[in-house]
Amino acid sequence: MTDPTVTAGAPTASDLTPVVRQVDVAAPVDTCFRVFVDGFASWWPPEHHLGERTITDFIIEPFVGGRCYDIDTEGGECQWGTVLAIEPPARLVLAWHIQGDWTVDLDPARQSEAEVVFTAVDADHTTVRMEHRRLERHGAGAGGVRQGISSDEGWTVLLDRFADVAEGRAPRPIPGHG
Amino acid sequence: MASALGDGTRQSIVELLAQGPRSVGELAAALPVTRPAVSLHLKVLRDAHLVQATPVGTRRVYRLDAEGLDLMRIYLDRLWAGALDRFAEAAEAAHAAERAATPGRGRTRPSQEDQP
Repeated sequence: MTDPTVTAGAPTASDLTPVVRQVDVAAPVDTCFRVFVDGFASWWPPEHHLGERTITDFIIEPFVGGRCYDIDTEGGECQWGTVLAIEPPARLVLAWHIQGDWTVDLDPARQSEAEVVFTAVDADHTTVRMEHRRLERHGAGAGGVRQGISSDEGWTVLLDRFADVAEGRAPRPIPGHG
Repeated sequence: MASALGDGTRQSIVELLAQGPRSVGELAAALPVTRPAVSLHLKVLRDAHLVQATPVGTRRVYRLDAEGLDLMRIYLDRLWAGALDRFAEAAEAAHAAERAATPGRGRTRPSQEDQP
């Protein structure tokens, strides 16, 4: 960033390193895995779904190839992920199909991966580590991510959501995709 | 209060910066708000890592700090941070409920109030 050879406005390389997050939980590893998978709807941020629909449930089907989807009040289902690996109570890998323009593309060439590893610290404590990787895959095919994020529904809404978070509010819903 | 205007102004700032780097003065000239107001919005945007300031001579030039996949990465990072916090709370609540329902396991005693 302080490189004097970089002029203002020059394009910078995208940071596509994995997103890594870890949390220590005061609960057994079995409980953690069960709450993560079976109880997904009990903790997944309710505002994180596509469109203005009101979501009544989030489901992770607990087998390889299982769908990760939400259900709205009309009974409509929207798949946003697929189970790539599930090894209770130690590991879960999900394919992530939500593109940068807030559309879903099930093409495997355009999916990133979220791996969640559950490690027992002792009988009542677990470390949960999440790595969301292969983000570059969302850039495959027509540069849709950048194009979508530059659109009103992608870019500005995302910006609003960032600003909401930055100011300590809950991020507003994402309109226009139902 | 003026959150709607504020949000609209921030969107306009980002749209302007998407066209190229600009100083506070240039941004203020292009927007129906004062320079101090632009500075405040820029602070919010900088705190959100959406905009960065680069010293150019005696002034500072602002430009987008994130776009495209970078923006997506920032979004996912924040999404997972919030989600995992909520997950930890849910798992610990489930654990506490199970211990309460299973006398003899764990440190806590089931209270009378918890019994059906």
